[in-house]
Amino acid sequence: MNSSVSDIWVYLAATPLLGLTLTLVCYQAAFAIHRRLGMHPAANPVLLAVAMLVVILIVTDTPYPTYFEGAQFVHFLLGPATVALAIPLHAQFGRLRRMAGPLTVALVCGSLAAALSAVAIGALFGASHELLMSLAPKSVTTPIAMGVAEQLGGLPSLTAVLVIATGILGAIGARYIYRLFRIEDHAIRGFAIGLASHGIGTARAFQVSEQAGAFAALAMGLNGLFTAISLPILLPWIESLFAR
Amino acid sequence: MLKALTLLLLFQLAGEVLARLFGLPVPGPVIGMGLLLLAVSLRGGPGEELRGTAGTLLQHLSLLFVPAGTGVLLHVHRLADEWLPLAVALVLSTAIGIAVTALVLKWLVKSGGEEAR
Repeated sequence: MNSSVSDIWVYLAATPLLGLTLTLVCYQAAFAIHRRLGMHPAANPVLLAVAMLVVILIVTDTPYPTYFEGAQFVHFLLGPATVALAIPLHAQFGRLRRMAGPLTVALVCGSLAAALSAVAIGALFGASHELLMSLAPKSVTTPIAMGVAEQLGGLPSLTAVLVIATGILGAIGARYIYRLFRIEDHAIRGFAIGLASHGIGTARAFQVSEQAGAFAALAMGLNGLFTAISLPILLPWIESLFAR
Repeated sequence: MLKALTLLLLFQLAGEVLARLFGLPVPGPVIGMGLLLLAVSLRGGPGEELRGTAGTLLQHLSLLFVPAGTGVLLHVHRLADEWLPLAVALVLSTAIGIAVTALVLKWLVKSGGEEAR
């Protein structure tokens, strides 16, 4: 590398511009691939973009905190985007209200099933205590999950990664589960994917239909609320049952 | 666009303030979503501008998870050490969560008479 190129690199690597631009370029490349493959859920744009970024950061020997200086501007938009979910929710409000009873019961069953099965399976395969507590809140949106993990004695930054992985898995796998159990109603499909796979599942649901997206957004919000309240109470109690 | 974005940030801010003030376990943006839903319902629907801006933000919701996902770099060692319990637990529990929610809801909607369209 001649000196002027490396000078430019040193300069760019120190500004947020590079991390921000890289995030946008990789996402658009990932989305182009996703579209080229007929929007197939297995070619998940988050998965593809993260894979590209990981390779680039490793090859250029860039530490994650340096990258995040720029990427944080994208990350910040998660807040206003969450608020904006009120708009599609409002559009489906009539049906949401009519289904309030069934939605509440499904919320409690689904939320506990996702969290407790994760902890039980992890324990069965010999995961450490720290990992189990990081795993428990993985179905809910990142900020809630990180807060709950901290309360439980897990690692918040590890939880953030497990949350994203869960979102990608749900977005990829949901259609096979729906096919297996003959779930056709878009309201039910959306609610289930939003509950188990938070924002990434919700993003996938919006690709399917506006109604699926709105129900996914509702499930994401409700499960965040329910998990934040239920897990810190339930998990220590369940653990004490198994510990001798 | 600008007005709608400001509005979204104001609701997020209000949510953050309420969450801190009352020590709520829910993050500010989720409370902000509830407040905006309430406000929009009271006004009988969102304006054209708000609808457009919300649509633009939500169209690329996936993008917003990319920076946090890249954080996988921070945990390579732990993930390599415990990959088996992690992989099995993540795949199965996600499937179980989706299946239980969908089946319970399908059963209740059918028996409750809310006609599915």
